[in-house]
Amino acid sequence: MADVLRGLGVSAGAAAGPALRMGRVPRLPAPRTVTDQAAERAAAREAFDQVGRELAERAARAADPAARAILEAQALIAKDPMLAESCDGAIGAGLDAAHAVHTAFTQQADGLRAAGGYLAERAADLEDLRDRAVAWLLGEPMPGIPDPGHPFVLIADDLAPADTATLDPRRVLALVTARGGPTSHTAILARALGLPAVVACQEALAVEDGTLIHIDGDTGAVTLHVTAAVIAETAAETAGSPAESFAGPGRTADGHRVPLLLNIGSADDLPADAATDVEGVEGVGLLRTELLFLGRHDAPGLDEQREAYTRVFRALPGRRVVLRTLDAGADKPLPFLSLADEPNPALGIRGLRTSRTRPEVLETQLAAVAEAAAAADADVWVMAPMVSTAREAADFAARVRAHGLSKVGAMIEVPAAALRAAQILEHVDFLSIGTNDLGQYTMAADRQCGELADLLDPWQPALLDLIASCARAGKAAGKPVGVCGEAASDPWLACVLVGLGISSLSMSRAAVARVGARLSRYSYGDCVRLAESALAAADAAAARAAVTSAS
Amino acid sequence: MPERTVTVASSSGLHARPAAMFVKAAAAQPVPVKLRIGDGPAADARSILAVLALRVEHGTAVTLSTGAEDGPAAHEALNTLADLLSRDLDAEPANG
Repeated sequence: MADVLRGLGVSAGAAAGPALRMGRVPRLPAPRTVTDQAAERAAAREAFDQVGRELAERAARAADPAARAILEAQALIAKDPMLAESCDGAIGAGLDAAHAVHTAFTQQADGLRAAGGYLAERAADLEDLRDRAVAWLLGEPMPGIPDPGHPFVLIADDLAPADTATLDPRRVLALVTARGGPTSHTAILARALGLPAVVACQEALAVEDGTLIHIDGDTGAVTLHVTAAVIAETAAETAGSPAESFAGPGRTADGHRVPLLLNIGSADDLPADAATDVEGVEGVGLLRTELLFLGRHDAPGLDEQREAYTRVFRALPGRRVVLRTLDAGADKPLPFLSLADEPNPALGIRGLRTSRTRPEVLETQLAAVAEAAAAADADVWVMAPMVSTAREAADFAARVRAHGLSKVGAMIEVPAAALRAAQILEHVDFLSIGTNDLGQYTMAADRQCGELADLLDPWQPALLDLIASCARAGKAAGKPVGVCGEAASDPWLACVLVGLGISSLSMSRAAVARVGARLSRYSYGDCVRLAESALAAADAAAARAAVTSAS
Repeated sequence: MPERTVTVASSSGLHARPAAMFVKAAAAQPVPVKLRIGDGPAADARSILAVLALRVEHGTAVTLSTGAEDGPAAHEALNTLADLLSRDLDAEPANG
């Protein structure tokens, strides 16, 4: 294996430390014919011991008494004589150790579940222990996020939303995944937690546990077998990062103001003290209203929506809150819209297009927004997702203004809309560029397709060209053009966007300090030059290299 | 056949931490101990799964037994475990 693996850097920053792979739930192979039952019994016993020992070690390290009690109880279960007996019985009946362990745990778990109540809640613990014991017997890494008791770089095939619940950002230094792309769950999570991340690095899974590695979330390089000195140096650099001291507001070194805003799904995503100038954030640049109603079969009513929006508006008195109307799509199912099955949902009825068939849903939402805006004194802006034509923008603007809401905008996600930004701006007050979708439609590459991650790179010069043309249209019209896609979370790319003429950047909370700090080190003129060098590059990698090496 | 009947004092009964403390103490005894409620089925006191399955609530009288084992070690084991059950383990510090 080469000493430097290449992936796609999707969350900025560098980190170094021992690599640990995350195992998946093991799949039992076909049963083996057992020739030596005593050996199988010994192997099974060793698996129980191993799992029990690992849990006892984790319990001993746990700082939180509640967490320690849970881990201790799990360690006791692994050493339970009933399980061992039941496992021995299964081996006596001819099963190999892995199948016998699996059977013994599953029987107990089923029994607990049948008992119901408090005991049923323990069934999942038993299944977790079972998967650990079976993985050990099969020589696979233990399932779940490892907890070795020291900081490490997590290597995984890909991360599922459920994995994130157990990911401790104080232990995990960085993420490297074999699959995924710039807009995959791993990437979004990493940026939200402020962890450097490299995705689409297929060779990473072959890295042995414990190998000392260095990852660069800007360039996507994963360097193997680094020295302890490199690790210490990287840790020192991270600790001394000026990102820690960013106080806001967002501006370049020479005072060119660039409001930094948050992408949120509900009031719960706001800092507790959002009303003060925390973290240099000046408001919300993207309120994803559909996240409040995901998976719902009944359309949310006027009162429910008004209440949800009011919570956000009241948390930000006097601040800008850009609300995006419902954005349903293949990855964000809203069953109450009862959209027909489509052969290609990304090119189907989604975003603003749903109002063609269900105009009353948009009407109810706008009425709720208007009432919520009247009940608070936030500066409420309303925008539509997936606008394709100036006519659509005009229709949307008329509907919004009919509700007494004065600031209307269009999201730019469709290349057609980017090309006609000037005409769209004749009807609306602002534009907000969703770089994730604009990238996928510009490059004709599905956001979910990890193998096309290079095409989905937000540094693609074609994407930057479209952003530049929107920014020029905004300048000519004297109207703001912001970016609310994940591109705004990349500190270098944020400088480029400002240089292209973007007027505000909206991102996840964890990215604000990094982006704000980077921006404050360059003048507006520097940003313009960085943008020019990115636009002049032949491809995404060259664009990134041109900008990061110019510093 | 040495036996001791004792009322479980822990406020949560024999669940969660009190159950774990009891099972650990039972496993540390030199003789095997069984636990039952009234004339119900006896559970191996060293098995957390068996003890949890008894669903012992606060205030329940439970019987500890060493079966055929008799002698000083058996009595000592019963005393230790009976003492544990008669304390409110939920009220004791977690590091005990």
